[in-house]
Amino acid sequence: MMNQPGKSQDIEVRPGTFVTGKWYNRSYRIVKKLGAGACGTVYLAEEGRKHVAIKFSLNSSSITTEVNVLKTFQKVQGKTLGPSLLDVDDWVQPNGNKISFYVMEYLRGKELTTFINEHGHEWLGILVVQLLSDLEQLHHTGWVFGDLKTENLIVTYPPAKLRWIDVGGTTQQGRAIKEYTEFYDRGYWGMGSRKAEANYDLFALAMVMLHLYHPNRFEKGTNPEKTLLSKLQQTNELRPYQSVIQKALYGDYTTSEQMKIDMQHILMKSTHTTTNYSTPSRTNKRKHQVKKTVKSSPPVRQSKYLWEGMGIVVVVCMFYVVYILLQWI
Amino acid sequence: MKKGMLKQILLITDGCSNQGEDPSAVATLAHQQGITINVIGVLENDQSEQPEGLEEVEEVAMSGGGVSQIVYAKSLSQTVQMVTRQAMTQTLQGVVNQELQQILGPNQSIEELPPEKRGEVMEVVEDLGETCDLEVLVLVDTSASMHNKLPTVQDSLYDLSLSLNARMGNNRFSIYSFPGKRKDIDKIMDWTPKLDSISSVFPKLTSGGITPTGPALRAAIQQFEKKRNLRSLMTRDESAREEPGY
Repeated sequence: MMNQPGKSQDIEVRPGTFVTGKWYNRSYRIVKKLGAGACGTVYLAEEGRKHVAIKFSLNSSSITTEVNVLKTFQKVQGKTLGPSLLDVDDWVQPNGNKISFYVMEYLRGKELTTFINEHGHEWLGILVVQLLSDLEQLHHTGWVFGDLKTENLIVTYPPAKLRWIDVGGTTQQGRAIKEYTEFYDRGYWGMGSRKAEANYDLFALAMVMLHLYHPNRFEKGTNPEKTLLSKLQQTNELRPYQSVIQKALYGDYTTSEQMKIDMQHILMKSTHTTTNYSTPSRTNKRKHQVKKTVKSSPPVRQSKYLWEGMGIVVVVCMFYVVYILLQWI
Repeated sequence: MKKGMLKQILLITDGCSNQGEDPSAVATLAHQQGITINVIGVLENDQSEQPEGLEEVEEVAMSGGGVSQIVYAKSLSQTVQMVTRQAMTQTLQGVVNQELQQILGPNQSIEELPPEKRGEVMEVVEDLGETCDLEVLVLVDTSASMHNKLPTVQDSLYDLSLSLNARMGNNRFSIYSFPGKRKDIDKIMDWTPKLDSISSVFPKLTSGGITPTGPALRAAIQQFEKKRNLRSLMTRDESAREEPGY
């Protein structure tokens, strides 16, 4: 994902190759390449009959750092955070080259974008709430995910569960974010620092939601803040979540819990005042369409007017008192 | 309270040196004095092939114990901060490796340790990288061909300070350009903890085709020494100024 025209960290291993660890002698048969990132290449492999994912890197220190992160994840209760770590070792190639690798659980799933497009837009809110619970748990242990982006999220189904797959950017709170992608980085948008804080992840999550509907991303332009806001307002599919996303972009949520509560609130409400923003083809397929009702909005508006009116009365009264006092003096 | 201090020179250029001494030799000298040299070669966005002479970029960085990268102007920001961080880790690993060799004997390095031990050592390296103080002297090639890349360089330096100031350790940056009007290098910005005031400093440009990278590097090394001398003269003043400016 990162731009490195100069050097390629890509490691080619032919399918069928057996990779055996130098220290622990566990052996894996390579099946196919799954992807290549900034500091390594991930392959699907088999150990016996079990599918696993192996990440290779020429840079043994980046493997070691990621393994450290995966290990801390495993100490967290529930351990649904990220894939679980199975093995760490070095592979000495026949030509003498040494490549470090680690083996993790293979998560079979769809990319977030694909999943939403296939299963419907109503899933977005649900999955985001799920992710927010996971982030909450992660933040409680003193870590920040860092490189949160659409490509790092996959959905395993059924039951639908959003999982993150690349932990390379995970950083201890209060430190400088280890790895990031510009589009999802609040520093790049001039919306905050690159310190690992809970709201760094929440900004990235808001960008993930925007990215779903702007798959080609967009440039920051001369006024990044304005660009973000106008893109958000232009995106009809995100209208129900607009206020939440905006708060996340501005870093107004200091914990994932706050954002989760607001999201849940919107999700619960949307079953009554149905805002069916899914694509037409999708809407036709779904049988349980909820009828549009507008009845819940008038009371809200009424109470708003009530407050406004009371405010005006109070202000006028205050001025009147001042006026009387001045007259009296 | 005395923590380690890392010194780096970040050279941003788009071509090969054509005047004065061999930059690799100067880089070697710098490395011996504990200064790491990183080099970034910048390509025009529409340049499809690597122009001649840019191999020098890798040579100089290798001699200077640093990291090199050749990039398109548009991806400069992310590269600048990545190269700086990578070089820090590399230097710190070097230091830790030396210590390991003293304790465990020669031929012991982090890579030779079993994975678990390696993990513990890496944690130490990371802690150091987060907390150590850092001084970066940015040396920008401002010869004619760099002209339209300078705004991007400026953005990327601002971005660099954003990344590094998120660390716990203190940072100090200074910017020099070469070739200078009369000297080998010209000072654009003196040592400062933050680079957000650089927007107005870059218009000074020299034209002409000469790229005296070697002499410029030598002059840059001297800036570190000059500062050290000054510092020993007025230690008090310095420590007051060294407060990070968040």
